[in-house]
Amino acid sequence: MTHSLPAHVKILTVLAFISVSVATPITRWPAFIAFFSLLIFTAVMSKIPILLLFKRALIEVPFVFFAILMPFFGEGEKFSIFGLSVYRDGLLAGTSIVVKGTLGVLAAVILSTTTTAREILRGLEKLKLPMIMVQIASFMLRYINVISDEMERMKVARESRGFIATGIKHWKVLATAAAALFIRSYERGERVHLAMLSRGFDGALPSLDSHAVTAREWTTALSIPFFALIASLTALLIGW
Amino acid sequence: MSNVPSLQITELAFAYPDGNQALYGVNLTIQKGERVALLGPNGAGKTTLVMHMNGIHPTMQGEVRISGELVDSKNKESLKAIRSKVGIVFQDPDDQLFMPTVGEDVAFGPYNMGLRADELDKVVKDALTQVGMLDYIDRPPHHLSFGQRRRVAVATVLAMKPEILVLDEPSSNLDPASRRELADILRSLDITIVMVTHDLPYAFELCERSVILSGGIIVADDKTGQILNDEKLLKSHRLELPVGFSFK
Repeated sequence: MTHSLPAHVKILTVLAFISVSVATPITRWPAFIAFFSLLIFTAVMSKIPILLLFKRALIEVPFVFFAILMPFFGEGEKFSIFGLSVYRDGLLAGTSIVVKGTLGVLAAVILSTTTTAREILRGLEKLKLPMIMVQIASFMLRYINVISDEMERMKVARESRGFIATGIKHWKVLATAAAALFIRSYERGERVHLAMLSRGFDGALPSLDSHAVTAREWTTALSIPFFALIASLTALLIGW
Repeated sequence: MSNVPSLQITELAFAYPDGNQALYGVNLTIQKGERVALLGPNGAGKTTLVMHMNGIHPTMQGEVRISGELVDSKNKESLKAIRSKVGIVFQDPDDQLFMPTVGEDVAFGPYNMGLRADELDKVVKDALTQVGMLDYIDRPPHHLSFGQRRRVAVATVLAMKPEILVLDEPSSNLDPASRRELADILRSLDITIVMVTHDLPYAFELCERSVILSGGIIVADDKTGQILNDEKLLKSHRLELPVGFSFK
């Protein structure tokens, strides 16, 4: 179901969902259980293996690393838990970052698993992201493989002549190689531009027409942040 | 319009901004439907000449006409028309194929010419059919083999329905089978072709007529067989047939 929704609908849905979860105070914890359930439900409906979902979400670990330290530094009220003494405010702030961050990453992972990079770009274009940014991203998408292949060939060529990078004294060689790669990519950029001009490029990349979004698709997608909002408000009103 | 040449270059001279002169008065006329090989050593000015054919390099002296129409790099509107008439296939298909999928890339040229929706779709499919790559329409270019990418590159310009197809080293880096497949495709096209190459047997296989560009001028213009038999001529312009080859 999620796979076939238009990309820009999905992007807006994810943004709305994240906004709701970020706006909900962490102390209203039952709402967050509802948020997680919604995400898991969506993942299941999209036939994404839950294990895969969490594996991909591991990308957030380096980003929340400092949040984990937060309970141990700070000031104000202190109490001890599992033999560790922690600050109440720090604990709340840290938990808030980790929980909300995880929600955001999980939502984004569901988006990226059910949508190709190309579709996401098209969605962003539809959402009126500046053309130049969409173009840069789409060229990156196209050429990342070409450039990484080139990098690999340069590495093989270096190693074929007996070079193996082991330590800091080899950085000079690597830096030179990086510079060479940069120049080559730059020159390729020039050639690509020539090829584009030769085919009548005048500043705008074609955007292929996509079908109009049906009301049903909007409802399906936006029901997720809508239910999240209900959960958040309920938790707020009942005052858990 | 039948007797207007596809390409007419008169007294074309060009020097790069750094003073390095590449062309010293080139004269070349190519009739509609001809297939001509443009031969010449490295640095002879072949690429520079090609870049004049669609106004990428502004004409400094002399003139270039495409089916009678003057290439004027200052006139944006006419330049657009010229670029749709001259389809250049660059040497590295990765330079030519920059869109995320094969289909979108083939659509790029005709889209810029103003085609939309069903019309655009048809042109794209026709061009891909001509090079036998229709099944790959939704694939990203980096998933294709080199030979397939070159064929798609040909399709990207065929989709613009050009008057002349200009190929820069079409056989480079191709394995023998891909090389032959491309030759079959080029032969099947009813279109004027200019082929820049060092691959003399390939020139012989595909082109009736060859010209040698050397030192910025056309030094020979004859039937391909004649030129390739003239060992002295070839030698003096750093061209050689592969060992064991002869067209006698």
